[in-house]
Amino acid sequence: MRFAVSRQMMFRAVAAAWLAFTMMAPAQAEAPAKLLPAQSQIVFTSKQMGVPVEGRFTRFDAQVAFDPRKPEGGTVALQIDIGSATLGVPMSDAELPKPPWFDTARFPTAKFGAAGIKSLGDGRFEVVGTLTLKGHAQPLTVPVNIAQTGGQSVATGSFVLQRLSFQVGDGEWTDTSVVANDVQVRFKLFFTGLGPL
Amino acid sequence: MLPTPPMPASDATVPVLRHGRMAMAFHWLLAVMLTLSFSVGLYMTDLPFSMMRLRLFNWHKWAGVTILLLSAFRLFWRLAHRPPPLGARIEAAMPGWQRWAHQSTLGAMYVLFIVVPLMGWASTSARGYPIVWFGVWPLPDFVPVDRGLADHLFTPLHRAGAFLLAGLVLLHMTAVLKHHFIDHDGLLARMWPAPRKKEIP
Repeated sequence: MRFAVSRQMMFRAVAAAWLAFTMMAPAQAEAPAKLLPAQSQIVFTSKQMGVPVEGRFTRFDAQVAFDPRKPEGGTVALQIDIGSATLGVPMSDAELPKPPWFDTARFPTAKFGAAGIKSLGDGRFEVVGTLTLKGHAQPLTVPVNIAQTGGQSVATGSFVLQRLSFQVGDGEWTDTSVVANDVQVRFKLFFTGLGPL
Repeated sequence: MLPTPPMPASDATVPVLRHGRMAMAFHWLLAVMLTLSFSVGLYMTDLPFSMMRLRLFNWHKWAGVTILLLSAFRLFWRLAHRPPPLGARIEAAMPGWQRWAHQSTLGAMYVLFIVVPLMGWASTSARGYPIVWFGVWPLPDFVPVDRGLADHLFTPLHRAGAFLLAGLVLLHMTAVLKHHFIDHDGLLARMWPAPRKKEIP
């Protein structure tokens, strides 16, 4: 009888340890990855009378916590300092913070928050979420490619959004024959601490 | 005794040899385009950031590429079709230095018809704004993206060339007015797009 009890206890102990282990494992994989801002870039390209004009945000942060092998429950959040937008030309850069464009004084930060992450295989993911820019929240689906080398993960992707959905380029600038409505956004974000693919 | 050859009753009846239709079409079309493009170029550079500034810069670039193409065709046309000779009356009104000045001015204008648009094209390419002709056809860049190159080489050359060309156009017009109002030698009729009368047999 004593033997049987100790077997039961041992079984319980092993079960508890296994349970703890299995609960810890995903928690470890979902430890937040760290963004490496110096290498990362977010670039946007608009067209002015057919001419592609490239700009970029130089300050942004991201919190990413998901297991690339089981991404469904993961979280992705991104904040962009809108005041860091630049087209590389002083005359244009002086216009960007003004109310017709980004209205940076009222809307200093743009946010993206993921509501769901789906794996498409081969390091490809689909992140569905909400982009909030200039006070307008719009659903957005972002395709993301993740490549890993030496402990670093690089997330790349591009998508097109319509600037007028966010009232970027208001007033006379709503004329899309001068500045097109479609804006292509490309990103390349470097992380450390993301789980293996 | 041989009879003396009959003198023309009046100088005005001697027909001036006129340029061909194609040469006239090139001349007047480009005269209008160059004037407009130069004026827009002068006006747009001081404009503040605005829709009008963006529009004018692009129109100026599209016009410049069109002028470049037309000027290239015109140059080939000119090389293949000699203009009619000036004639004794016009040449009589021109001392040697004026004939030399006439040839040099025309030669320099042809060079600038090509060089000024090319420098403008290089300038916008070097600034990282490729030309998209009429907003539809992206044109290649033949210089690297380098703002310093635009600021210190292409834009000053484009600007100086444009002012030089404007000066030569004024000189050209002054010479035409001199022939028309002082020499009365009918030079203007060579390029004046009047309807062609039937030759009197």
